[in-house]
Amino acid sequence: MWSGFRRYATYRQATIAGSFTNIVFGFLRCYVLLAVAAGAVGNRPGGYDVEQLATYVWVGQGLLAVTGIWGWTELADRIRTGDIASDLLRPVPPVVSYLAADLGRALHGTLTRFLGPVLVGLLFFPLASPHRWQTFPLFVLSVGLAVLGSFGCRFLVNATAYWLQDARGPQMLWTLGSGVLAGLYFPLRLLPEWLTVTLWVATPLPGLLQTPLDVLVERDSPALQAGLVALQAIWAVLLLWLASVVQRRAERKLVVQGG
Amino acid sequence: MGELRAYAALAGGKWRSMLSYRASFAAELLSNVGATVLDVVTVFVLFRATAQIGGFTLAEAILMTGLTAFGFVLADMTVGNIDDLKRYVRTGQLDTMLTRPLPVLPQLVFTDLPLRKLLRLGFGATIYGIALAVNDVDWTVARVLLAAVVPVGAALFFGAIFVLTASFAFWWVESGEIGNGFTYGGRDFTSYPITVYSNWFRDLFAYTLGFGFVAYQPALALLGRTDPLGLPAWAGYVSPLVALPAVAIATAVWRTGIRHYRSTGS
Repeated sequence: MWSGFRRYATYRQATIAGSFTNIVFGFLRCYVLLAVAAGAVGNRPGGYDVEQLATYVWVGQGLLAVTGIWGWTELADRIRTGDIASDLLRPVPPVVSYLAADLGRALHGTLTRFLGPVLVGLLFFPLASPHRWQTFPLFVLSVGLAVLGSFGCRFLVNATAYWLQDARGPQMLWTLGSGVLAGLYFPLRLLPEWLTVTLWVATPLPGLLQTPLDVLVERDSPALQAGLVALQAIWAVLLLWLASVVQRRAERKLVVQGG
Repeated sequence: MGELRAYAALAGGKWRSMLSYRASFAAELLSNVGATVLDVVTVFVLFRATAQIGGFTLAEAILMTGLTAFGFVLADMTVGNIDDLKRYVRTGQLDTMLTRPLPVLPQLVFTDLPLRKLLRLGFGATIYGIALAVNDVDWTVARVLLAAVVPVGAALFFGAIFVLTASFAFWWVESGEIGNGFTYGGRDFTSYPITVYSNWFRDLFAYTLGFGFVAYQPALALLGRTDPLGLPAWAGYVSPLVALPAVAIATAVWRTGIRHYRSTGS
């Protein structure tokens, strides 16, 4: 885990560059959603008031680097080049060692990339502050589960390379689907209700971003919030289990590339 | 002729390498068109909650979104891969390109000719066409000309932004995602009426960087609407010209960058 942390800490300039981009998109998304709110019934599109929307956007931009849904191709690359063979020689199962490295990455993201967008949002827009005592611990728990869920999904996407050799296609589909269905482009509550509920129950994606953000802005009653986090937990366990099953199946058929 | 054959060989090699991973290629084709479909779907989703955004109706906003999508994909298809320049600079692979008797920019374009983006281009053009049809445009000769020129102007402008932001890598190898803020960020900016943004943020992107003239001002001219932000009506007709200084600046920066490049020393 520490090696994962140190590895990301080496690229300080990339950290700054990434934060800059998160902040630009924060402005873009925030202005558009606030313009939607200005014309919506009671100025509450999807049941969020203006402050909740702004908080949703800015904390969401900060969380992007924590859950890290995009840009992890290491496993797929190692499968394609055959480097995966050296991972299999280690005494730790690959799912565990990659998960540990990913937790280090998430910790680094929390310490460096999370605060920038949130501070900029606070400076330029009115943000909502939580009223209930349990919101903060529930938010931390929800973010942790989002990190686990995100890792599980990305591991599975990368693992398609065991069968396809080149995982670029599945990776692009993932980048595309995860952004919108995790609630990054717009809060999923703007969709028809049956679709929102289906997404929440049938896919792990809302749990990667939308759930922690809804918890933080206190969109729902305390009981429903706890329920959503529990759903996140079920998905996280399921995904990690699936990842280890897929890995074991892959090891049985794997032909290592290269000489 | 010899040069053309060399480019054809580069593109042909790329074509064959893509066909060897068919499943992946199909998924790439799909997710590429999907990205633009999602941009349009997002606009529809937002309009479910409200009748107007920034004082514009859904049909009017879709005209800006379609125009942006068409122009952006056209630019992305041709020079979008220049994003990879930072990888070439970091690893020193750019040296290989410099030793060949061909200019570097076309080489970068042809070694990764993104045929997977063709479907997306068709989709962008279709949305633009539909938007022109559903809006009640009062067609004059000037508007027909404008409608034809605007996507080209937008493509040139986005192309210039791609080259400019990629050139950062010559001076700052770890520039990472900064370029995305201007390329993809610029695309998101021009996909909506610029009346939704405010203060210095709008001034910076719309007028200083010029993104306001890519889709918003031309769309006003096509729709025959006066600009709520106060620019005169003729501004929309001349706005495709903003591509010219953008291309000139991008070319100058690119040339300076290539001359500044000192390899990795490995």
